[in-house]
Amino acid sequence: LTSAETLCYPYSAFLAKTDPFWMAEQTKRIEVTLETLLDSVDLAEHITLRIADAAGFEEEDCHKIGMSVREGVINAYNYGNQRERSKKIFLTVELGPEKMVIRVLDQGPGFEAKEIPDPLSEENLLRTSGRGLFLMRAFMDEFEVHKGHTGGAELVMVKRFPKRTNGRQPAPEKED
Amino acid sequence: MNLQATARELNGIVIVDLSGRITLGEGSALLRRMVQDLLQKGQKKIILNLADVNYIDSSGIGELVSGFTTARHHGGELKLLHLTKKVHDLLQITKLYTVFDVKDDEAAAISAFG
Repeated sequence: LTSAETLCYPYSAFLAKTDPFWMAEQTKRIEVTLETLLDSVDLAEHITLRIADAAGFEEEDCHKIGMSVREGVINAYNYGNQRERSKKIFLTVELGPEKMVIRVLDQGPGFEAKEIPDPLSEENLLRTSGRGLFLMRAFMDEFEVHKGHTGGAELVMVKRFPKRTNGRQPAPEKED
Repeated sequence: MNLQATARELNGIVIVDLSGRITLGEGSALLRRMVQDLLQKGQKKIILNLADVNYIDSSGIGELVSGFTTARHHGGELKLLHLTKKVHDLLQITKLYTVFDVKDDEAAAISAFG
């Protein structure tokens, strides 16, 4: 087993024992605590991609979800936890009947999203960093930055299921 | 898939064929080393062939920008060739598509150096 497969076991079990997520009566939730390591970026992306795929998202949405989580964990790794291995990154994925909610929480000092320079403005176009938040905002249906309970930044991203898998369809009424 | 890079030369222009992912870590670092090595060797006309690169994260975008600006500072030029749809879309939304000189045809990319 690779370290990723070993670490992914809990969510594999989580996937195996559940019905398709969009059929779920209740919101399902998985929490993963990641070390502040470069490998955690790939691992978080991998975990979330598996969940998104199992939940029925199309390939393009899976790509956007995976990349957004990747960017969120890069943010936590680089800027939140400042690459201090002793600090943790908390990844939470919730799947309800209508949407997938992903939270990435670090143990850094937190930040104000409005203070991050706009990477699309002329003077920032050739900067070599600073596009992560923009990509998360562009790829997800909703994106917010909160102060988390750790004092660090909590990135909250939402992707809604497309209409055709949007929630449970009501069972047809039985005829007497 | 880790990034693979091989360089070949045509008429004084170096074409770097890349395949895999350009992401934070090894992928970005390999691209940085490759471009820096070429510029230090005096190779100032560089084409990055991204035909087999279907994934770039923000770190990879930063590395492309860094290669572009570093080449310019050395009096050289860096062009992009054969973008996949995902990479094309990524450069579009980040408004970098018009910053880079992007070509779909290798011969056109080579002749664009003048």
